[in-house]
Amino acid sequence: MERNEKARKGLVNSNTTQKIMAFGSLVLLLVVFSIASPNFFKPENLIGILLATSVNGILAVGITFVIITAGIDLSVGTVMTFGSVIAAVIITMWGLPIWLGVIGGILAGALCGCASGFSIARLKVPPFIATLGMMMITKGLNLILSGTKPVYLTDTPAFANIALYPLIFGIPAGVIVFFLCAIVASIILSRTVLGRYTYAIGSNEEAARLSGINTRGWKIAIYSLCGAFAGVAGIVMAARLNSAQPALGAGYEMDAIAAAVIGGSSLSGGEGTILGTVIGAFIITVLTNGLRILSVPQEWQMVVTGLIVIGAVYLDILRRRERV
Amino acid sequence: MQEETDRMSQNNLVVMEGIEKTFPGVHALKGCKFDLMAGEVHALVGENGAGKSTLMKILAGVYRKNSGHIYLKGKEIEIENTKQAQTMGISIIHQELNLMKHLTAAQNIFLGREQKKGYPFLVDDRAINEKTKNLFDMIHLDIEPTTRISSLSVAKQQMVEIAKALSFNMDVLIMDEPTSALSDTEIEDLFAIIRKLRADGKGIVYITHRIEELPSICDRVTVMRDGEYIATSAIQDITLDQIISLMVGREIYETAHPHGDTDRGEVVLEVKNLQRGKKIRDVSLKLHRGEILGFAGLMGAGRTEVARAIFGADPIDQGEIFVKGKKVNIRHPKDAVRYGIGYLSEDRKQYGLALTLGVDTNIVLASFRKFTNKLGFVKRRKMNETVHTFVDKLAIKTPKLDQLVKNLSGGNQQKVVIAKWLTRNCDILIFDEPTRGIDVGAKSEIYKLLNELADEGKAIIMISSELPEILRMSHRILVMCEGRITGELHAGEATQEKIMQYATLRKA
Repeated sequence: MERNEKARKGLVNSNTTQKIMAFGSLVLLLVVFSIASPNFFKPENLIGILLATSVNGILAVGITFVIITAGIDLSVGTVMTFGSVIAAVIITMWGLPIWLGVIGGILAGALCGCASGFSIARLKVPPFIATLGMMMITKGLNLILSGTKPVYLTDTPAFANIALYPLIFGIPAGVIVFFLCAIVASIILSRTVLGRYTYAIGSNEEAARLSGINTRGWKIAIYSLCGAFAGVAGIVMAARLNSAQPALGAGYEMDAIAAAVIGGSSLSGGEGTILGTVIGAFIITVLTNGLRILSVPQEWQMVVTGLIVIGAVYLDILRRRERV
Repeated sequence: MQEETDRMSQNNLVVMEGIEKTFPGVHALKGCKFDLMAGEVHALVGENGAGKSTLMKILAGVYRKNSGHIYLKGKEIEIENTKQAQTMGISIIHQELNLMKHLTAAQNIFLGREQKKGYPFLVDDRAINEKTKNLFDMIHLDIEPTTRISSLSVAKQQMVEIAKALSFNMDVLIMDEPTSALSDTEIEDLFAIIRKLRADGKGIVYITHRIEELPSICDRVTVMRDGEYIATSAIQDITLDQIISLMVGREIYETAHPHGDTDRGEVVLEVKNLQRGKKIRDVSLKLHRGEILGFAGLMGAGRTEVARAIFGADPIDQGEIFVKGKKVNIRHPKDAVRYGIGYLSEDRKQYGLALTLGVDTNIVLASFRKFTNKLGFVKRRKMNETVHTFVDKLAIKTPKLDQLVKNLSGGNQQKVVIAKWLTRNCDILIFDEPTRGIDVGAKSEIYKLLNELADEGKAIIMISSELPEILRMSHRILVMCEGRITGELHAGEATQEKIMQYATLRKA
């Protein structure tokens, strides 16, 4: 009995510590870099950080759903680019209005997610393989649809506003899109049936199934949602670059997964929050930005980010071990 | 018989008749029957594998029956799945609880039924928390509905499962070994709730191994054995000893022992005060050269845990192990193997064999260094000689030496594992359920092999849940219950009844 009591306390503590730790390390990074370089804590740089986080942040928000189900989506990076390419094709090649391009891009992402979800839930292909395949498929499609060249959106200058228009206090629209995505995702995860089943499936899929939940259908929905967020990220990306860059995208999934994991999502499922993921995404950008300002070469930035990811997951493992 | 028809005419809640169920290779239920009245607790007892859980899983919609009839409140029903059983008012609480540990108690109880009225896409946490609170009040359970399952004790989790069953307005509640993980005070709390449910007119099926708790909780008891219905009786009309002998079925098995009482050799393995959490409590034992030491007990009694602890597969809290008189420090299976201890897991396929490799590779797997030269290349000829010797000696039936192990029968696979440890020169062999999943013919071959190994001077610990096997093979028998050794019997004095008595002997 006493042991149980202790375990309970340990759990509560470690759970809150995890959240505080993620947020605390973000604050710590901000403080350290501000002291180390006078150029860090300046409005232009901070806005730069926000904008730099937005694309990865949106991807990470989407992938958080998948990770909570104990799945993985390796295709979000190239699916994001697929969204950009589709939007650019609709707007420039077909000459349709911008809003149609935006919707088309997001739907394209959702469709890719739906296809991955189908092969995972129905065909029982492991998520790692199904989404690896989707990554290759979209990588190829991106090059095919764009004719292997960037598709420039210079004829429709309004499109760039989606990412760059200084909406409130000079904060660019892309950042606002990111925050809106995070808020919507947070509501979905905590207030809707979809969110509830996301946790249920990740925690114990068999128990969820025995409770009469259509776990296959919901999994397809969850992967579609992740794909839709990748589509949104693709739109923001295209707006930032004022073009769709078909060769871009591979590798983005790793930053997104890293953000979710640093933010406390567990790859074994059942755990994770949007707030945590958002903090995780910021930690990654602040780190790269700060190191760059301190003139640390880019190759070393990667090394440090890698160490941080491993460290974060190791802390997570320690936390879990404590509980058992 | 008269009484039987009387009971049928009374409004029976559930009647099951002629239930047949086969799994590939196993005839699990042979024309079983069972009945349950409203407002009674009906215990279902039997040895491991008697078919209790299978029968009840059919009632709860987890398995489909092959044939037979089920009546609920006088009407014949077909149960397709668990959801359907639940809506009919039949709920089951599995031995392994079916909860999502990351979710709260309320979220678990109402999973699939959490939608907000009018907004089917949203969850209504306030409403389900309120309903959960009411359910918890009904069973006097002092938990906040918003508590995460992972922070609850097993006992509390079980209560949450009961609350979940109640939330479906169930009439029939099936509990599979509910007390196996509970402490005495927790059991009292559970019994209080069961009595309350009974008073409310619910019918409760209570599957248990703990014969001694029957009088304090159940009204009637049904005994099953080997997939067959044996008997039903009101609990006041039967003694616990009678129940045990019905479970064991004394007439079926000979208890004669093939070995005379031989002179025991030196002690090769001694364990003193082994302790590991609640799983192993103060276990001490001695194993002699040339001896087969049987390890009896019910599932979860801690036998496998002791074996794994000796083998270094699990860490121990305290305790000393001596091999041939010398104190040894075993912290990893490789240490155990170095001291000549081999462990043959009950799950051969997972822990004992590399299924997609050949017979030869599997046999030399634990002693590869013996068959490699300084550069690490395999000495083929030496390896083949050794493999050949053991294939002959143990009569492993395989078309060729590099036949993939997954293509062998269960009995031959077991022999490959034995050959592996013999190649490694292990003198102390721990067999965990050596004949599980092996057909009758191959079983006697394994028995013969065990006897030969013992005659050669190997020391053997044999864990088995099959009492006839224990009685037939062992020179000496240790019985465990709840992590303790509760009895020691010599071959001459051991009977199934005595073993069962020790195996259900719970100490406070």
